[in-house]
Amino acid sequence: MSWYYIEGILIQSCYTLLIVLGLSILTGYTGMFSFGHAGFVCIGAYVSVICTMALGLPFWLALLIAGLTSMALGTALGKITLGLKGDYFCIATLGVGEAIRLIFNNLNISINVGGTPFVLDGAKGIASIPLKTTFPVALVIVVVFLTATALLMNSKHGRNMLAVREDELAAQMSGINTFRSKMLAMSMSCLFAGIAGGMMAHYFGYLQPKMFLMTKSTEYTIMVIFGGMGSITGSVLGTVLLCALPELLRAVGDWRLVFYGLAVIIIMIVRPKGLMGGKELRLGVLFRKIAGLFSGKNNPPPDQKPPAPEEVSA
Amino acid sequence: MSKDIIIKHHDPDVMLSLWHVTKRFGGLTAVGDVSFRIKKGEIYALIGPNGAGKTTIFNLITGVYALSEGRIIFNDGVVLGQGEHIIKDDVRETEVRPEHKKPYDIMSRGIARTFQNIRLFKSETVFNNVLTACHSGADYNIFQTLWRFKAGPKWLSKYAHQEEALRQKTEELLKIMGIWEYRDMIAVNLPYGQQRKLEIARALATDPKLLLLDEPAAGMNPEETMALMSLIREIRDRFDLTVLIIEHHMDLVMNVSDRIFVLNFGKPLAEGTPEEIQKNPEVIEAYLGKEEDADGHA
Repeated sequence: MSWYYIEGILIQSCYTLLIVLGLSILTGYTGMFSFGHAGFVCIGAYVSVICTMALGLPFWLALLIAGLTSMALGTALGKITLGLKGDYFCIATLGVGEAIRLIFNNLNISINVGGTPFVLDGAKGIASIPLKTTFPVALVIVVVFLTATALLMNSKHGRNMLAVREDELAAQMSGINTFRSKMLAMSMSCLFAGIAGGMMAHYFGYLQPKMFLMTKSTEYTIMVIFGGMGSITGSVLGTVLLCALPELLRAVGDWRLVFYGLAVIIIMIVRPKGLMGGKELRLGVLFRKIAGLFSGKNNPPPDQKPPAPEEVSA
Repeated sequence: MSKDIIIKHHDPDVMLSLWHVTKRFGGLTAVGDVSFRIKKGEIYALIGPNGAGKTTIFNLITGVYALSEGRIIFNDGVVLGQGEHIIKDDVRETEVRPEHKKPYDIMSRGIARTFQNIRLFKSETVFNNVLTACHSGADYNIFQTLWRFKAGPKWLSKYAHQEEALRQKTEELLKIMGIWEYRDMIAVNLPYGQQRKLEIARALATDPKLLLLDEPAAGMNPEETMALMSLIREIRDRFDLTVLIIEHHMDLVMNVSDRIFVLNFGKPLAEGTPEEIQKNPEVIEAYLGKEEDADGHA
């Protein structure tokens, strides 16, 4: 395997991770399933390409604008749909995701700024996009967002989102503005998707609405659940594994999607709560466990010791 | 957010007052013309047979349901909710603009509640359950969560300072409720009695002035009920609370409450001190049925 090939998989993992991270905030933490996330990635991809190719803006600015556009759309959608309960929200996102794709499928625009004509011709897509997403760039972006997400989730805002997922009525009764928490989750999720869309477009070098089918949205949701709801390290693990898996399975040719499905099913049977089961992989805990193994004592670290169960009859 | 409606001549000693409150679900009147006033620092009990509308009253106070008629006024005269009609001066029925505040808005004004069927944040730890409810003590925004150090200017280090205070408060609350040793356990794995305590701890975390307890002793044995009784008094004194309690355990209600309100089929039946209620023939009838003499005549 050449480095070029591996690098490709890594870049793909990076921007997919960004999408999954966003979706993890929405689905894993706030408990709202979105099956239209590919639509927001699509928006990000097209907006960023228009920015770089038609308007000649720098790549980072294009990503930012792509993210903000997607976020604005997501926020607007959230304002309308977040009052909806569970399944209805799910259907609404599904509809919006497909609608966005179909709009770009039928959109014909030509922009001419500074002499270079830029033509967006619906389903034909866009070719020869500058290849700006290199591995270091993708890695830096994803690490920054990963850190920010981890910090945010471990704060009042993240806890409020979790409370919404756990029991919305109880959350409201604790004085939490659940609508605002859901809006925050939705906008962040769409911001991430938009930026990732821009990275994706500038990695592939071409863009077609067909790249944003509903199956893509489902794939992202699978990655979140596969890694474990409400776990950031789980999302990372799930994404990297599920991005690499189809490539590793190239050897079996046409059977690879069957094996992919099989792998997902097996994991869900063996670990129904996902790989990490809602827990985080913490280096501190890991080190203590390893240290415990080596020192021969198999004591759990003090703050993990289960309390002595007092006998209380219900 | 719409402006608060403030009642100017609200009695400052009253924590919560319900004024001719009615709630209809279609043709069914769940709560009909209920009025009572809870004084500050009081433990006020709401009793009545099953289906009398006690929990509905809680849901009206907390904004889960909108009122059909009447008005609910909180501390300092803030109207928490009002229906389309209110009765003024006991006679005139006046049409008013209905007010229905959102539950989080009502709860963040100093009301907290527990539920008849416990509603914890099930898959979170005991500690996080309470920590989540402490959120009102922190006002850092999403960008301020990115700086975790105490060093730096005040606007930057907000997270570290506020979060430390929240954790201290959580620790204190868990210790008061006697569930500190369970802090790392997942809430749903707690024994039943401790889940009740955790729910009260979570309610206290929002710094309430008024605490609504919906059958806190349900499913508890007599010893646990006795312990709960002294706990309710203790937290009332310590946190300077007013408590409104729904309960079926009569020994708990009679011992702990200052005044009792009896509901029957959504209608007010009696109000008074525990002694008065115990002697009230109507209440005895509602609970035990009519007393009959040897001949079978009522």
